[in-house]
Amino acid sequence: MVTLKIDGREVQAEEGKTILEVARENNIYIPSLCYHEEVTPYGACRLCLVEVTGNGRERLVVSCLYEVADGLKVKTNSERIAANRQMIMELLLARCPNNQAIQELARQLGVEKTSFKLDDNQCMLCALCVRVCQEVVGVSAISLVNRGVDRALATPFYEPSDVCIGCGSCAYVCPVDAIRFEDIGDTRYIYWPNNKMEFKLKKCKTCGNYWAPEKELEYIRKQANLPADAFDNCPDCRE
Amino acid sequence: MPTKSKPAKPKVKAILDSYQGDPSMLVSILQDVQAEYNYLPKETLTQVSQDLDIPLTRVYSVATFFKAFSLKPRGRHIINVCLGTACHVRGAVRIRDEIERELDIKPGETTEDFKFTLETVNCVGACALGPIVIIDSKYSGQMKPDKVKTLLESYD
Amino acid sequence: MAKTKTKRLSSPQELEALRELIVKGRDPNQSCIVICGGTGCLALGAQEVINAFKQEIEKGSLKNKLALRVTGCPGFCERGPLVVIKPKNILYQQVKSEDISEIVSATVKGNIVDRLLYTDPDTGQKITYEHEVPFYKKQKRLLLGDNSNIDPTIIEDYLALGGYATLSKVLFKMSPDKVIDEVKKAGLRGRGGGGFPTGVKWESCRQAQGDTRYVICNCDEGDPGAFMDRSLMEGNPHSVLEGMLIGAYAIGSHQGYIYVRNEYPLAVRNAGIAIKQAGELGLLGKNILGSGFDFSVKISRGGGAFVCGESTALMASLEGKVGEPRAKYVHTVEKGLWEQPTNLNNVETWANVPLIIKNGADWYAKVGTEGSKGTKIFSLVGKINNTGLVEVPMGITLREIIYDVGGGIPDNKKFKAVQTGGPSGGCIPESSLDLPVDFDQLTDVGSMMGSGGMIVMDENSCMVDIAKYFINFLEGESCGKCVPCREGLKRMSQILTDITEGRGKEGDIELLERLSATLADSSLCALGSTAPNPVLTTIRYFRDEYEAHIKDKRCPAGVCRELVTYLIDEENCPGCGLCVKACPVEAITDMGKKKPVVLDQEKCIKCGACYDVCKLGAIIRK
Ligand SMILES: Cc1cc2nc3c(=O)[nH]c(=O)nc-3n(C[C@H](O)[C@H](O)[C@H](O)COP(=O)(O)O)c2cc1C
Ligand code: FES
Ligand code: FES
Repeated sequence: MVTLKIDGREVQAEEGKTILEVARENNIYIPSLCYHEEVTPYGACRLCLVEVTGNGRERLVVSCLYEVADGLKVKTNSERIAANRQMIMELLLARCPNNQAIQELARQLGVEKTSFKLDDNQCMLCALCVRVCQEVVGVSAISLVNRGVDRALATPFYEPSDVCIGCGSCAYVCPVDAIRFEDIGDTRYIYWPNNKMEFKLKKCKTCGNYWAPEKELEYIRKQANLPADAFDNCPDCRE
Repeated sequence: MPTKSKPAKPKVKAILDSYQGDPSMLVSILQDVQAEYNYLPKETLTQVSQDLDIPLTRVYSVATFFKAFSLKPRGRHIINVCLGTACHVRGAVRIRDEIERELDIKPGETTEDFKFTLETVNCVGACALGPIVIIDSKYSGQMKPDKVKTLLESYD
Repeated sequence: MAKTKTKRLSSPQELEALRELIVKGRDPNQSCIVICGGTGCLALGAQEVINAFKQEIEKGSLKNKLALRVTGCPGFCERGPLVVIKPKNILYQQVKSEDISEIVSATVKGNIVDRLLYTDPDTGQKITYEHEVPFYKKQKRLLLGDNSNIDPTIIEDYLALGGYATLSKVLFKMSPDKVIDEVKKAGLRGRGGGGFPTGVKWESCRQAQGDTRYVICNCDEGDPGAFMDRSLMEGNPHSVLEGMLIGAYAIGSHQGYIYVRNEYPLAVRNAGIAIKQAGELGLLGKNILGSGFDFSVKISRGGGAFVCGESTALMASLEGKVGEPRAKYVHTVEKGLWEQPTNLNNVETWANVPLIIKNGADWYAKVGTEGSKGTKIFSLVGKINNTGLVEVPMGITLREIIYDVGGGIPDNKKFKAVQTGGPSGGCIPESSLDLPVDFDQLTDVGSMMGSGGMIVMDENSCMVDIAKYFINFLEGESCGKCVPCREGLKRMSQILTDITEGRGKEGDIELLERLSATLADSSLCALGSTAPNPVLTTIRYFRDEYEAHIKDKRCPAGVCRELVTYLIDEENCPGCGLCVKACPVEAITDMGKKKPVVLDQEKCIKCGACYDVCKLGAIIRK
């Protein structure tokens, strides 16, 4: 265990944890967009910037990646931090002017409008979906393609992916609702910013409801080595 | 140029073998594949992913990240206009504009007859001769807008 | 080519014996025609010159009288193709294949071909010897000097000069700690841009926990207008390899990588040949010179991404991944390639190492300033008379480099600024020209040493355009991972484009400054955090130019196309028709002899071709 100070408050923390994790444990708010506890931190949105003082030096670091250390002093807000966060929100607002989650967060951080020309994106490229798909689901159906300003979220060749199982985890994890899915009748539709896919849903043998993509169930069945009829019934109709 | 209808596989296989199927050599492997086909055909990327046992997303991301790779067939002649700093201060943009105008393509594009592909590069280390245009591997130094047409016409 | 039988050397004595054998087989007084086969001279037609020499020597059966050596770049690219006659060091410049038989016959007779000598522009005098040419006089060519003594594809040339003897000394007579101490004492700082003390980096890597340690040579040379590293790798690859070997021994590494950009085909080739030849002689591989030390090197070609010069992105790319940087809260000397301790140094840094160990730290530390030791190679380009590579002692002033070595600004134009440090650096104005070249002093004026790009700009260069150039470059090269860099550079580029195209607004400068602060503070890697430098320094020193663009919609240097107009000065135009031919869009009409031409503004694309060809000042740019 190490002891550190966050905003003047002394807190205990497990070694190896990041400042952001420790702050959350202690109900100290640090804004973030690209962080999720289930996946490897990525450090792309830069909103979680904090000031740390250690070895007598003060510097800005991103809290989702910076590990706690004994005696570390952390400031989660300051004029400098606020100015950076506000500029980042202005940039994101210009990129995604019509995204409600981003508008909301911008307002919360004191930004009402942006100084830049407006584009029209929903996705801000935080790669949470990419990481979830790869690390949690284990299939890696989507990734960030191209470089720099042309960067985009897409499946290879922008074509329907062979490996996607239609689980929709990407949509669940997206912090700004840039990915959506809906089940209509016997089909699930997943809408990514640059392409979409359809999946056949499985029908429950008992109640007749369509309850999950066949591909996803097949994937789980194989992973868990379950018998062929394991998913004949939906969870509600299963013993 | 991708010639004949020979299946892509054996060539890619040979390239992969020369790197002992080492996924860390992905960039080099793709460079060799491109050298063979003049661009990266889709099937080759799929095959590289399968044979190296790495996700296609990774291969595709790498192939679209690096400027050296092209996923579209390229022309018989590759024109590279140097836009490095030294060439820039000596007027490289005007040369690029002139080539764009002459061929009616933008950097990254290929003429309809597949004769030329226009690309830009940042310094080829011949700054003393800027602005530089390289066609295939021939350097033309001290380019001027009014020399562009003649230069292009010397290729067929 | 002199081919010595390849046998693995298994002791320092065998290495020394081989060297003696090579030297004995060579007559130091025999005339040798040295011709630069570097990229610059090749682009100027050096290959034809080389072929012509070969033929001429063949034809006259002069093999015994004249040796021919194709080498890497000696630096004076402006005057290429370059030929030097050794041992006297007679320099012939701008040599063409027609000149060869004359050179050959003169050399055999001991004569000199006067018309191919360099003429000093100040005195009008012909200069015979290479070392007397002003371009070379103020240089201190510790690293580049050997380029003209070595055919990089022949390891014997390097061995003849005592190559790998330093490695042998290190392996048998020095402990790793002693090597590190020596490098620390010499005060060597990284030449890749940051100027981090090399010995300290090695020590941290040596002490880091890990099973395997890697050393890497960074030859990505992403600075778009610099080619120092290319020349070293092309011209003297063994010196880089020897440096890596010494470093690897000190650090305790057995595997090295050379990451070289694919746009440098000759460097890739020569590095490959060098590795192969060193391997055959047992200077790489297992049990080097019988010392028990193992080390091998692989080459990895870059894929055309500036960001891959950054250490963590470079390592990601070496692992076969997308070249995205990661946060460096844990340093790469502790967790780098494959999460193992990894030491990355620049090509020029590595090339300095054998020199330091061979001559001792004290000798090395005599050159330079308090905080910056040794020499630095710059690629001096732009609006300068002597374009090329220059190696100067640290501490020399920018003025000396530009005027004494570089020969000043062409066409009697006025100097405006010099840009150092590439896209991460800044523009330095006239008032700071007496600044000594030193890592810390360049940083103080808002620029940086960088890896060695030095771009000279004159009164016809537009500083807003230069800032836009670098920002556009960086926008295209940003990996796109973090928001400030990806989105911030895009917005900076938009604002600068607006300014240069006449859409600048009040407040744009302040917005650029605000954006700059965020990029500097919050970007993930140094690409983003140093990106504002070209903008901030040009605003700092040339604010009036920004204001002229924004307020008066005027480009004082006449560069920004949307803000200039070309006009014919009817008084001065004799109707010679040169501009008519030069115009790519037929916007100028010939009105007959002695009548001024007519320029159709509707058709004019403002390419400036007419302005360039008119020697009479009859085309006005406003
Ligand atoms: C965007 C970026 C590009 C870089 N490009 C290069 C490069 O092309 N060559 C190089 O040696 N160092 C480059 N560097 C610096 C390297 O990250 C690293 O500091 C250097 O190679 C270390 O070697 P040194 O200590 O010998 O200088 C770059 C850094 C950044 C941030
Ligand atoms: S949450 Fe830390 S950078 Fe996005
Ligand atoms: S900038 Fe064009 S060759 Fe260097």
